[in-house]
Amino acid sequence: MADAATTGHDHDERSFFTRWFMSTNHKDIGILYLFTAGFVGLISVAFTVYMRMELMEPGVQYMCAEGARFLGGIGAEDCSPNGHLWNVMITYHGILMMFFVVIPALFGGFGNYFMPLMIGAPDMAFPRLNNLSYWMYVAGVSLGVVSMLAPGGNGQLGSGVGWVLYAPLSTREAGVSMDFAIFAVHVSGASSILGAINIITTFLNMRAPGMTLHKTPLFPWSIFITAWLILLSLPVLAGAITMLLTDRNFNTGFFTPANGGDPVLYQHLLWFFGHPEVYMIIVPGFGIISHVIATFSKKPIFGYLPMVYAMVAIGALGFVVWAHHMYTVGMTLNQQAYFMVATMVIAVPTGIKIFSWIATMWQGSITFKTPMLFAIGFLFVFTVGGVTGIVLAQAGIDRAYHDTYYVVAHFHYVMSLGAVFCIFAGTYYWIGKMSGRQYPEFWGKVHFWLFFIGTNITFFPQHFLGRQGMPRRYIDYPDAFALWNWWSSIGAFIAFASFLLFIGIVFYTIFAGRKIEENAYWGEHAETLEWLLPNPPPEHTFEELPTQEMWDRQPHH
Amino acid sequence: MAHAKNHDYHILPPSVYPFLGATAAFLMLFGAVAWISGGFTTFFGSVELPGGPWLFLIGFVGVLYVMFGWWQDMVAEGNGGVDHTPVVRIGLRYGFILFIISEIMFFVAWFWAFFKQALYPMNEFPGSSYEIPDIHAVDAFNLPLMNTLVLLLSGCAITWAHHALVHENNRRDLIAGLAIGIILGVFFTGLQAYEYWELLTYEGWSFGGDIFYGAFFMATGFHGAHVIIGTIFLTVCLFRAIRGDFTPQQHAGFEAAAWYWHFVDVVWLFLFFAVYIWGQ
Repeated sequence: MADAATTGHDHDERSFFTRWFMSTNHKDIGILYLFTAGFVGLISVAFTVYMRMELMEPGVQYMCAEGARFLGGIGAEDCSPNGHLWNVMITYHGILMMFFVVIPALFGGFGNYFMPLMIGAPDMAFPRLNNLSYWMYVAGVSLGVVSMLAPGGNGQLGSGVGWVLYAPLSTREAGVSMDFAIFAVHVSGASSILGAINIITTFLNMRAPGMTLHKTPLFPWSIFITAWLILLSLPVLAGAITMLLTDRNFNTGFFTPANGGDPVLYQHLLWFFGHPEVYMIIVPGFGIISHVIATFSKKPIFGYLPMVYAMVAIGALGFVVWAHHMYTVGMTLNQQAYFMVATMVIAVPTGIKIFSWIATMWQGSITFKTPMLFAIGFLFVFTVGGVTGIVLAQAGIDRAYHDTYYVVAHFHYVMSLGAVFCIFAGTYYWIGKMSGRQYPEFWGKVHFWLFFIGTNITFFPQHFLGRQGMPRRYIDYPDAFALWNWWSSIGAFIAFASFLLFIGIVFYTIFAGRKIEENAYWGEHAETLEWLLPNPPPEHTFEELPTQEMWDRQPHH
Repeated sequence: MAHAKNHDYHILPPSVYPFLGATAAFLMLFGAVAWISGGFTTFFGSVELPGGPWLFLIGFVGVLYVMFGWWQDMVAEGNGGVDHTPVVRIGLRYGFILFIISEIMFFVAWFWAFFKQALYPMNEFPGSSYEIPDIHAVDAFNLPLMNTLVLLLSGCAITWAHHALVHENNRRDLIAGLAIGIILGVFFTGLQAYEYWELLTYEGWSFGGDIFYGAFFMATGFHGAHVIIGTIFLTVCLFRAIRGDFTPQQHAGFEAAAWYWHFVDVVWLFLFFAVYIWGQ
């Protein structure tokens, strides 16, 4: 039955250029997204290693005005700090990670590949538009790289304004680098909006016969909600950075007080996008984690409907809490009180999700394969990040924590750890499906433990640094902060080593991994539609739409 | 195809347009920076870019070519009678509505900036030395009111054309309604250009210098750009209607153009009431 529904080409007649440059195939485009995001991620992670090298000890040893160094100890005495290089590193680490790594991997990569499969759709609603999304993402990455190498502030290359591109820093940054960065964000935004239109239409219009909204698996739901966040918030950012562009080049004065403009206006516009943005990063991960935990606990997900509506609630609430990023800009007390309460309300649906995942594991028969390790690791780090989020939501406490390493620790726990754990969980969960070969389990577990220990050593001590009062975004610090900075750097090196190991595992798996014949290789509790397909799936899937018995375990509902 | 598809969705053959389009967009924006900055050196001094619009124009032509070719393919698929099944047409409608929603959110940013400077002007902030310049306001009930009527009438004409197509398949009224709508759209753009010219030449306005001008010109200017795009979209539909495209059942392209036109209408109404009447 499944075979009859899913067979397609056994061999591929498309040329390389046709397949990868002219694609209208959601699976190929998903693969392209994943590899590009991985490559950009490697660049972005390399920046962090360089930054942690610099921060390992007090004083400036590597980022010298006399020239950037990569080996310590050589002429350390004549090094004058190059703050611009440092600022460029933090800026592009943020821009690349926020716009060009995590969302393309989770939303573009896994979303493209598995959302249509899970709802039994033969492809996306607009396959050509899908490819435009991908190539505009590549164009955005290219503009970002150009921006980094173009003349910027302080007579050097690149912009050092932070990923948020706050005015007036960004309106006054010299050179053309900032203009390229603005266009990079424009193009990647257009790419994401087109992708969101495609995803929403596919989800609404192309679900398998009988698959009502309340029967649709959680991963398609999570991608659908993410798409709404993108659709509604990215255009506002596009407007905000267009104002930056005209302020820089045509003196419109939107953010210049002397011309009647207000820099705080930029912050509002930015964070009206920026807060939904962090949910775009994490919500697809929720979907992946739900499937992984159910599969390896050998139980259906606990509380399916609450899980769906918790995601809907998180998405909706994400639009009404933005100013908790700006408690210190001089808002009225009433505004701060509102944003504080609204922010804490988000803990409720998030708690529903965390406890439902735990309840799914409760009395389950758990196997600790690598994807499950990452999922459980996700529960831990995301809870830590969530709890520090509640702390930071307090407007009063935020007076002390604003722009300290406590904030850095918090958002890296939810994103660098939370969302990236989801990417790894998804990769190990589905790499056999996508490549037809299984990853080496032992090395997968080594990767998990190295990454888990490395990232926790990196970011947990940053809570202490923040409580000691160490501010963000500085190239240097007093000796008092030396101890935990040293440990944080050690953790970053371990995490980087684990990332290199991961790249090795991926390429080993693709070229030399053990072939897997069984379609549902994680067992019968991986019950969504992609597990009926061969590994890898044929070029065209579901040319015969799946029937309800193929995916519905509770047809009477 | 070794296996025939057995469903109503539209599975597309490979297309080079997305790749070309993104490449052209990259060139266009790269060229735009070169143009507005007047030229620069990059890649560690190895590449020297002159100023001037040339790179931008090459990219822009590329984007236009991709739009033309891509939508020509879509029109052919629609007219072919096979690909655009009812479920695919529903999908196209969903897609276009979602696109309009994203456009609305884009205008939210410009209204946000406008209301910020109108409700909380910087001169009211303690310690601010900013003073609101003496701006000779536009009389909302002069040219802007006329423009409102022109645009609403144009919307009526398009709705008339729509009804003529859907209810009676009346080709003559379809073409007449579209033509009138387009002419009024062009008229609107002309009046708006005249207003800009008058403001900049006689009323002492400038594009930059104060946030009021920025908010006014960027909000109405982006609206104007959307009017021009909508007019082009309707013109394409007019040529298609004359050629004999569209049936009472299948006219997703025309419907999208009509929706887009109404969206432009509604944005104008908000602009008229907020920026012109209330903002005087």
